[in-house]
Amino acid sequence: MIEFEDVTKQYPDGTVAVDELSLRIPSNEITVFVGPSGCGKTTSLRMINRTIERSSGRITIDGEDITAGDPVTLRRGIGYVIQHAGLFPHKTVVDNVATVPKLLGWDKKKTRATAMELLERVGLDLKLAERYPAQLSGGQQQRVGVARALAADPKIMLMDEPFSAVDPIVRQQLQEELLRLQRDIGKTIVFVTHDIDEAIKLGDNVAVLRVGGKLAQFAPPAELLANPTDDFVESFIGQDRGYRKLTFLKADNLPLAGLPADLSLDDDGQPLGWKRGGELIPVGATFKPGGSLRAAMDSVLTSAVGQGVCVDEAGKAVGVIDYTALAGVLRP
Amino acid sequence: MTWIGDNTALIWEQLREHLYLALVPMLLGLLISIPLGYVATRFSWLANPLVALGGVLYSLPSIALFIVLPAILGTQVLSSVNIIVALTIYAVSLLIRNVIDGLRSVPEDVLQAAVSVGYGTLRRVVTIDLPIAVPVIFAGLRVVTVANISMVSVGAIIGIGGLGELFTTGFQQDFLTPIVVGVVLSLALALVADILLVGLQRVLTPWARVISPVKEA
Repeated sequence: MIEFEDVTKQYPDGTVAVDELSLRIPSNEITVFVGPSGCGKTTSLRMINRTIERSSGRITIDGEDITAGDPVTLRRGIGYVIQHAGLFPHKTVVDNVATVPKLLGWDKKKTRATAMELLERVGLDLKLAERYPAQLSGGQQQRVGVARALAADPKIMLMDEPFSAVDPIVRQQLQEELLRLQRDIGKTIVFVTHDIDEAIKLGDNVAVLRVGGKLAQFAPPAELLANPTDDFVESFIGQDRGYRKLTFLKADNLPLAGLPADLSLDDDGQPLGWKRGGELIPVGATFKPGGSLRAAMDSVLTSAVGQGVCVDEAGKAVGVIDYTALAGVLRP
Repeated sequence: MTWIGDNTALIWEQLREHLYLALVPMLLGLLISIPLGYVATRFSWLANPLVALGGVLYSLPSIALFIVLPAILGTQVLSSVNIIVALTIYAVSLLIRNVIDGLRSVPEDVLQAAVSVGYGTLRRVVTIDLPIAVPVIFAGLRVVTVANISMVSVGAIIGIGGLGELFTTGFQQDFLTPIVVGVVLSLALALVADILLVGLQRVLTPWARVISPVKEA
């Protein structure tokens, strides 16, 4: 656990970047710092590895004050990923990943084996290992950045807007891969973003900060969407928070109707389309029984006939739901 | 041509001396300007005055410097130390700008990443900052090397000038061959030194030649 106790950062010119921040960042979960620019989210993050030193207050990791030891040693035990990856342009991909093990003096064989294993783990083709960063796309560079952060198997990983410089499709892939990776590795991740959607998607907990470095709310995303603590948080979350809240509600126990006769199925029971005047109309998005209400809603909304199709893990249609039935579930 | 055959030993000796007088200041200049340049990037208010001072020093006439230095350094007028010190001053005054520009060419996110993953300052400067600054520093180093090789000859005026001494010999004896030999060898030396530096830079910076982004995998 990382704990902030009344942490303040004031610059010599008097600017207060972080103002008496107190919060507990639980171990093995993703905690997201989110807020508009000037809210001190990056400053807060960088105070954890002491690349920015706080002015007052205390930061502890598992109860130990981070100022107890030497900052360089502290940093080698904390993974760090930044926007644009910040890869070393003069080192090959595999050498970039091997940075921290080398600093720690691991033997060469073990270092290289670890680096290669990590490249594989973050979904990079091993053929890229001997390339230089300039030869990679932005998304690939960012994967290398994550691999470099994980190389010495740190308990904590800090990520400072790591995905904000890549295009939306790649960003979504990287977000999903981070979640998949986190299921395996269970690191304590502190993630900074200005994008509330990213915060809600990735965070087990979200700390919303306001300009001037004050904590506005610290809560799991579902709680944040359901009960924003004040007008600032509510407006920051955005207009469609009601719809987004559906992401956190499970689509089980829906009043599904049986499969209608005009839904055409293939031999495996997978939906092909709706029969309309001798033609097949696509079914649109489908949803799974264990999925989110948002997926169910989306399925109904994208259906040309106003009926969402529920499919099981094998893709076999198990039932349909229409607007009226879904509205009944959504009504509080 | 018989002059060349009769004086091979002398020519080799002058060539060797020329090379020594040109290269030692280049290396000393590098050794001095790197820490100086690093300090100037740490305390950025120092950078402009240092570059300006370099400009002033470089504009000092070399003959004047060769003659004044013995008085300042307390060396013999005919000591090669004078030449080495003078050319080192020129080397530093040119290189300081390139070292500062080179260190500043290291992207901010790269520096931040290096500090954040746990590089100490010295190790970072030696293994991250300087290698990335190599292309910019080498641009200056090439100019310094060629300039030094040409300026060594001026030292012949005070009696230590490598191949330049072939010029004085030629003028004194009103004899063209030593002058031609001196000019050709100076040019050849400058050319070879420049080619070697380009080669060394290519070896040191394999990463600077690969700009061919690969499609998203």
